[in-house]
Amino acid sequence: MFIIKFRALFFTLSAVFVGLAITAMVVWGFNFGIDFKGGSILEVVYPSERPSAEVLKVEIEKLALGSYTLQPVGDKNYVVRTKELSNTEKESLIGIMKMGGSVDIAQFNSIGPVVGNELKNKSYVAIGIVLIGIVLFVTFAFRKVSKPVSSWKYGLATIVALAHDVVVPAGAYITWIAFRGGEIDLLFLTALLAILGYSVRDTIVVFDRVRENLRVNKDMGVKESFDETVGKSVSQTFGRSINTSLTIFLVLLALYVWGAESTRNFSFVLLVGIIAGTYSSIFLASPLLVLFEKIQKKA
Amino acid sequence: MAKHRIISLILIVVVVLIGYFVYASQFTAGSYFSKFPFRLGLDLNGGTQLTYRADITKISSENLAGSMSSLRDVIERRVNIFGVSEPIVQTIDASAFSGVTEHRLVVELPGVTDIDKAVEMIGRTPVLEFKLMKKGLTEADFLKASTTLNELFIETGLTGRLLSSSQLEFNQQTGEPIVGLIFNSEGKELFAKITRENVGSVLSIFLDGAAISSPVIREEIGEGRAQISGNFTPQEAKTLVRDLNYGALPVPVELVGTQTIGASLGQGALVASVQAGFIGFLILIAFMILWYRLPGVISALALVIYVIISLALFKLIPVTLTSAGLAGFILSIGMAVDANVLIFERMKEELKKGEKIDQAMKEGFHRAWLSIRDSNISSLITSAVLFWVGTSAVKGFALTLGIGVVVSMLTAITISRTFLFAVSMKKENRLTRFLFSNGMHV
Repeated sequence: MFIIKFRALFFTLSAVFVGLAITAMVVWGFNFGIDFKGGSILEVVYPSERPSAEVLKVEIEKLALGSYTLQPVGDKNYVVRTKELSNTEKESLIGIMKMGGSVDIAQFNSIGPVVGNELKNKSYVAIGIVLIGIVLFVTFAFRKVSKPVSSWKYGLATIVALAHDVVVPAGAYITWIAFRGGEIDLLFLTALLAILGYSVRDTIVVFDRVRENLRVNKDMGVKESFDETVGKSVSQTFGRSINTSLTIFLVLLALYVWGAESTRNFSFVLLVGIIAGTYSSIFLASPLLVLFEKIQKKA
Repeated sequence: MAKHRIISLILIVVVVLIGYFVYASQFTAGSYFSKFPFRLGLDLNGGTQLTYRADITKISSENLAGSMSSLRDVIERRVNIFGVSEPIVQTIDASAFSGVTEHRLVVELPGVTDIDKAVEMIGRTPVLEFKLMKKGLTEADFLKASTTLNELFIETGLTGRLLSSSQLEFNQQTGEPIVGLIFNSEGKELFAKITRENVGSVLSIFLDGAAISSPVIREEIGEGRAQISGNFTPQEAKTLVRDLNYGALPVPVELVGTQTIGASLGQGALVASVQAGFIGFLILIAFMILWYRLPGVISALALVIYVIISLALFKLIPVTLTSAGLAGFILSIGMAVDANVLIFERMKEELKKGEKIDQAMKEGFHRAWLSIRDSNISSLITSAVLFWVGTSAVKGFALTLGIGVVVSMLTAITISRTFLFAVSMKKENRLTRFLFSNGMHV
């Protein structure tokens, strides 16, 4: 009930988080990686001393490859990002990185702009489909609940919560890579879609309880205001909401701390996502239902 | 109750057998099960992925599917000749559904980390074409720089696609190396028709867009054989024969994307992912047992079973594991216990209401089912969309997540239920009720 009573506070908090996320997007922009833009990434490992970045840069400039970035990674690696490279250009670049010695190629990716662009478009469509699919499903699952709030409003509350769950982790990620380095790549998109997939589980748990309490009240002829019902449902499911999220949080934490370097950014986004998702299920989605009912009553 | 205990025992035996299968197929060399090792994706194994764009401008739409499919076969044959273990050669068709705008060929070569070697393996496309020279042309036409090939030659439709095989031969008199061509039945017919209708014309043989030989047609050639003598050195002739035999590519291809991961980077990722998974698994079990007590122990057991069954499925289907895929599996472990959490919390509510342990259990499972079903469906929607988007890394994630959701419904509900009822106690006292409740208070 506390949550419902102070819903204005929680709405404001959500708005603040979303606002911060959007600010991050405006400030740092979307640094699309080669998965979406096309280009090349070359990562080399030096068996012993790696040369200084300045020396390398001078040589790389000579290749006239256009804009590029050179980044040290760990103790022995460098990562060079350029436009899409032809075979000869790639060989020249590797030749330079060797600096007369030898290097191991840890990875080399080259993606043409058409492939990259396609993936970008596919990604927007994917996010759209998942959002619409989940909302339609929630509306369908709650189709028999029409009083006092019609079923599509459950879908609407879900979509607001999901939008929050996508925007906040995206903003967090953009902030993260602004300081730590990294880019918006296919794994980031995967993480966003995964977040949508599991944060709605929580929301459904609460809505389910609301539905059950409404039915029980009707069967037993108990009169209860909608916000009381929702408030009761939230407190009853609070424990399980937290715990289902906690179990996911714990494994994601393990993945972040002990997992592969290549999935570190990925698990970061998922971690922020589970926190945002839990928050939105408990403090955003249900209070929204109450808000909708109040608006409806005024009309 | 007794029936639950019997079923539980049977379940345990079955799972132990499955567990043995998982272990034996991975660690026991030479056993029958070694046929089912884990398939590791390029980013865990090291390897190269090449993406080619297929130039289908010269292929009519009814030949399209057939050409793409024979392109795939040809490339796969070449890759196999080099003994790459478990290469993957796939065509991706352009369509509104796949969201892809060009026809593509994707080649995955596990363990091959030298891109140049990989591209060379695929080979250049010896595009072999037979074109009829137009009649009445003068030398001037040929020498004019602006003349296009189409003004000089007529396409015949006789290309390397219709070649059955090629062999190295030597001219009897001069000892000069020649390349002999044998057409397949369709090619034989076409060749016969061309030569029959165009006696006296020049039929030029083009290799990769350059004319290498321009013999005059003297008579109809019905046996479907031809010889190309183009001043080859023995080495050139041998190479051409080899390339033609690889199958002249039915469709020209152009490299549009490459990806190479070195083996050590891959190995590091694999070890770390497995480690993270194991640690996450242990943390989760500890939490469930501490918080949910006796049912928690049951859920921990169900989780172990979940992992074993999932791993066996990954081997049997098989699912190619990438680092994103392993992350998806780890995530699914966290989601697998969610159903248990919902059931146990419901049980606690019923116990608090004063229900007997037995009844509380039944109500717990019964009431929680709807939430479990609905939450899992939404996760499945996400997995399906991710699978559609994906390159192989993302597909791996979608698959492990999707399989995880389905298997976890089985283990968290059916298997947990059986075990829980098996240990259900008739004796109702504070201790037993404590054992079945959870959290900070009874």
